[in-house]
Amino acid sequence: MHQTRINHSKEVPKLELGEHHGKGGRNFGDGVFKWMSAVFAASAVFLLAAMVIQMTRASALSIQRFGFGFLVERDWNPVQEIFGAFPFVFGTVVSSVIALLLVIPIALGVAIFLSELAPGWLTKPLSLLVELLAAIPSIVYGLWGMFVLAPWLLKTVYPILTQTLGFLPLFQGVPQGNGRGMLAAGIVLAIMILPTVASVSRDVMASVPKGYREGVLALGATRWETIRVAVLPNVVSGIVGAIVLGFGRALGETMAVTMLIGNRAEISASLFAPAATIASMIANDYSGASDELYLSVLAELGLVLFAVTLILNIASKLLVWRVGRIPGAERSL
Amino acid sequence: MGVYQRRKFVDGVMRSWCILATLFAVIPLFSLLAYVLLKGVGGLNWSFFIELPKPVGELGGGIGNALLGSFVLLAIASIFGIPVGVFAGVYLSEFGANPFGKLVRFCADVMSGVPSILIGIFVYTLVVLPMRSPSAFAGGIALGILMLPTIIRTTEELIKLVPNSLREAGLALGMAKWRVILRVVLPAGMSGIATGVMLAIARAFGETAPLLFTAGSYPFWSVHLNKRISSLPVQIYEYAGSPYEEWHQQAWAAALVLVVMVLILNLAAKLLTSSRSHAR
Repeated sequence: MHQTRINHSKEVPKLELGEHHGKGGRNFGDGVFKWMSAVFAASAVFLLAAMVIQMTRASALSIQRFGFGFLVERDWNPVQEIFGAFPFVFGTVVSSVIALLLVIPIALGVAIFLSELAPGWLTKPLSLLVELLAAIPSIVYGLWGMFVLAPWLLKTVYPILTQTLGFLPLFQGVPQGNGRGMLAAGIVLAIMILPTVASVSRDVMASVPKGYREGVLALGATRWETIRVAVLPNVVSGIVGAIVLGFGRALGETMAVTMLIGNRAEISASLFAPAATIASMIANDYSGASDELYLSVLAELGLVLFAVTLILNIASKLLVWRVGRIPGAERSL
Repeated sequence: MGVYQRRKFVDGVMRSWCILATLFAVIPLFSLLAYVLLKGVGGLNWSFFIELPKPVGELGGGIGNALLGSFVLLAIASIFGIPVGVFAGVYLSEFGANPFGKLVRFCADVMSGVPSILIGIFVYTLVVLPMRSPSAFAGGIALGILMLPTIIRTTEELIKLVPNSLREAGLALGMAKWRVILRVVLPAGMSGIATGVMLAIARAFGETAPLLFTAGSYPFWSVHLNKRISSLPVQIYEYAGSPYEEWHQQAWAAALVLVVMVLILNLAAKLLTSSRSHAR
């Protein structure tokens, strides 16, 4: 995660002092200070609102001309002003779904290990490693993906997949010579969202009171049964929230995907084939597009991405919050 | 197989799944760090840090301008990002137990989840279009917006950890609340603020997407606010996308510099908070 999560067990009670200073005098300074800092705080609200307004304005031309129907049309040819954005919607969703499918079993394993199984001396360094994974910039994942992951996939993984699962259309076709394509992008996305999904899931699991586990253990359950009976049912919504958060991250991730997906506005059943996402399209073409209509179309795609990630973020927050309400939850989330 | 063996067996399978998953999860991290180190370290020398990029075919050359550019961009971002973020965080911690505080918190959280490329579009329409060209100023604003949510939320959470007795002591001595906050709470929470700032800078340092069309790139020395400027991540992106082996080498070396700086900032932030929680 990009931010440290600091949990405090007790909310510090707030003292409302200072009222008795009398009118004017020192209360005046307090008022000024409070309002000044409130203005700074309002900047977060203001910026978010300004983003929504600016993005809508930037895409006005395209919304007027095409509405939102162009999201499901398949033909994309900016030179002839044919804007069907479905290839990018497809690429965005499919690459993120691949990432989720790969990351869920691994991230849950990591989360359970870190919160339930790992011995005390191992938890801290491992958590630190997971946090470092989150701190590495996207561009570095992209570089590594281009020159290490993609060639390795091309040489080792793609042939195996074709041999074993080649009867599925997913794994047919000849990969690009540099190994870049939908699957490569999905894998690097999985690596990038792993820390998010794992650390949020670990946090919700750790918030389950110890007594729950002790109760089940005392009845003679094994460790796994304890986790299954005492921990998991209480944190289902939190884990779903973690996954939703990871999905939102994956949809909006730009640099590594741009470097690995091959950037072609095509829809192919094969996961080896190059594709493009909304974010990669914007990264490639936004500054180069001098045509006003084209810029506007890209801005509208950005607006759609904005709306979707916004909804996913809010949904994930609500889901994780629900866990905080189980009786006797250890930490505020 | 009896019921006991079966239960033990299931337990063993699930445990090994968790352990294997954890091992599996750290493989990419080690692979990435190893490659960045091995491939990057060969390209590092003094001139790499202080020279301009050289054209293809000529050996040597550095990323001096990109490094300088990154610092310029971060300086601009910090000038407005840090004061706004810190005071917003102070507001949330000291006065924020109201609906407005909730709204601010919510917006900051939402902002931290907005894909960074969209902040690029936002700043493009707001700053680049009126100025008619990408500029260091626009890039700095974009990074500043990116830094805000991290600074706001970390400052709030760590300022909240300042013991209430300190506030009470100040008030009991007759200080006005604003002076207590400025003279007692902020100094006591300084390490918390520094943590937030360092995490935010580490994040902004590695950001590429919002800079692509706000700051652009520029192959010469520049500190002009109204001109294009290079930055370390954008430089890596351009080198990596080029077909030249020498430039790939430069990209790895630049990535090593970037990773080392980001990791140092993150570890320092971590140390600061952990020494803080011991002091409590």
